[in-house]
Amino acid sequence: MIEIKDLHKSYKMGSNSLHVLKGINFTAEEGELVAIMGSSGSGKSTLLNILGMLDEADSGEYNLDGVPIKNLSETKAAKYRNKFLGFVFQSFNLINYKSAMENVALPLYYQKVGRKEREEKAIKYLEQVGLKEWAHHLPNELSGGQKQRVAIARAMAAEPKVLLADEPTGALDSKTSYEVMDLIQNINDQGNTILVVTHEEDIAHMCKRIIHLRDGVIVEDKKIKQVRASSYVQ
Amino acid sequence: MGLLDRDLWKEVFTTLSKNMLRTFLTTLGVIFAMVILIGLLGATNGMKNGFNQIFAGTATNSMFLWTQRTSMPYKGFERGRSVDLRLEDVALIKREVPEVDDISPRIQLGNFRGTVTVIRGGKSSGSSVYGDYPTIDRMSKKRMVEGRFLNQKDIEGARKVCVIGVDAYKLLFDKGENAIGESIRVNGIYFTVVGIFKRNDNINFEGENAVFVPFTTFQTAFNSGDEVGWMAILVDEDKKVAVAERKIKALLKRKYNIHPDDPRAFGSFDFSQIFEGISAFTLVLSGFSFFVGIFTLLAGVIAVSNILLITVKERTNEIGIRRALGATPKVIRRQIVMESIVLTFFAGLVGFIISIGILHGLDIAFGQTDDAPFTNPTVSIIQVVVSFVLMVGLSILIGMIPANRAVKVKPIDALREE
Repeated sequence: MIEIKDLHKSYKMGSNSLHVLKGINFTAEEGELVAIMGSSGSGKSTLLNILGMLDEADSGEYNLDGVPIKNLSETKAAKYRNKFLGFVFQSFNLINYKSAMENVALPLYYQKVGRKEREEKAIKYLEQVGLKEWAHHLPNELSGGQKQRVAIARAMAAEPKVLLADEPTGALDSKTSYEVMDLIQNINDQGNTILVVTHEEDIAHMCKRIIHLRDGVIVEDKKIKQVRASSYVQ
Repeated sequence: MGLLDRDLWKEVFTTLSKNMLRTFLTTLGVIFAMVILIGLLGATNGMKNGFNQIFAGTATNSMFLWTQRTSMPYKGFERGRSVDLRLEDVALIKREVPEVDDISPRIQLGNFRGTVTVIRGGKSSGSSVYGDYPTIDRMSKKRMVEGRFLNQKDIEGARKVCVIGVDAYKLLFDKGENAIGESIRVNGIYFTVVGIFKRNDNINFEGENAVFVPFTTFQTAFNSGDEVGWMAILVDEDKKVAVAERKIKALLKRKYNIHPDDPRAFGSFDFSQIFEGISAFTLVLSGFSFFVGIFTLLAGVIAVSNILLITVKERTNEIGIRRALGATPKVIRRQIVMESIVLTFFAGLVGFIISIGILHGLDIAFGQTDDAPFTNPTVSIIQVVVSFVLMVGLSILIGMIPANRAVKVKPIDALREE
């Protein structure tokens, strides 16, 4: 599903150049649930941004579902993002003047799906994350966990190939974090490929594989025995 | 996903209506600009209409011609000689000057602008008394309040009839008294009143206490012979009055042995020049109004763009989210431009309605009297359409600035911004 070969990325900071990614190689199969770990500055967010086509690598190869991702125009990148990827952010990034349902329906709008179908789908995905009753509420009427569930529903609405989650539990208390991870595990159980960036050990162990990044290189890549989040959720 | 895309409209309206105060403040500039533009255009049109009303009833392609004293000696004649126009000159001019459409010779009792006493029973009026042909009506239209104006039969029969002005009526008759068929006396001669007129325009030499009698009747009654006081000359619509004027004067100078270069021998008054002057004035005024209005509008639209530019900055995060979710640069750009158009258009509409209200108020306040300087101040459909097209065009062009700014936002930077 995801294939990365010798990925390099550096940022210019005035006269110095900061080499953030120093040759990353990894492959993720369909249906995997991968945690990308590392301390701050290890390059994990940069990697995720490149995977999400929000940023571009300086060199190296990136294939997503067999499609080479290289030298994309903004328009092409937008279309690929819409088609291939779902995003979940630490700060939820919901549009605050749109209801939960409108937020979830937004990627479908950019896919030019008709209004009725869009709303039906949005409701369906909200139901999956257990927020059907909250469909017409604005984000500021929801709790943090609920917001993140709306964000996950939005990421799933476009039926992406890969779900990219950047610190999805970073702004949540541990109980809510486990609820969100439970949801992510359920989505993964349905066969979706998910990448989770986190620096929390317990969250990482709820994935099926952990990749450790340090100073721009992968120092460890291991399959683990998944801890079910539901065992924490009462 | 064209312009009629309901979802796009909904996106635009949702965005704008979620920020009601901001939206309102943004539009103020355009509202004022539109008020100024339409207000100025309407006021100019009102002024133009006012001028037109002043000229209503006066054939603009006409002139008056009269004689004065010569100022140059010629062929043994001394300077300071006075010549009189004769009735035969009417036929001569008509024959020799093809530009002339019609001539109405006129003669007046007493001097130019002089008055004589008109008597009816115990009442009297100091009126100007004119001998006229009915054709004078073509050049200076009289609005008949009662009865009729002079006609050809009056001329042919040299009938002792007259048409009097409302002021003369007021002096000679009691209020509400019937005047038609009654007799009035001028220099011992009785004339039967056949009509009462009210002046129709603000340019006239007669005043409303004038008395008109048939030219032929005037000749016999007051023994004026072939003498003509002055001529009202109507020139063909497509010909220049100045050209006809020059030809007529040259013709008459030859006939009466006056030096061809004598500038004083004949006096004339060219209505078309005054009218052209005023037309040019109102044209320049309209042009100026439009110019000022358009630039005010430009300033208003730039204000909209400016606010949108700020809101793009404010909405960096939102735009980043949209782009992460798959909005192409084109979609983002279109949304911002649409916001610009919608804001400008509705602001323009509001401004338009306000300005129409103001113009209506002006009309009620100043436009209702007969000699109002300001009549029916409205704007034409074309002016409105042009204004709106320009406005929307400007809003598209200027909306591109914030739209491009929005597109330049990198999704990654946008999402980091909190």
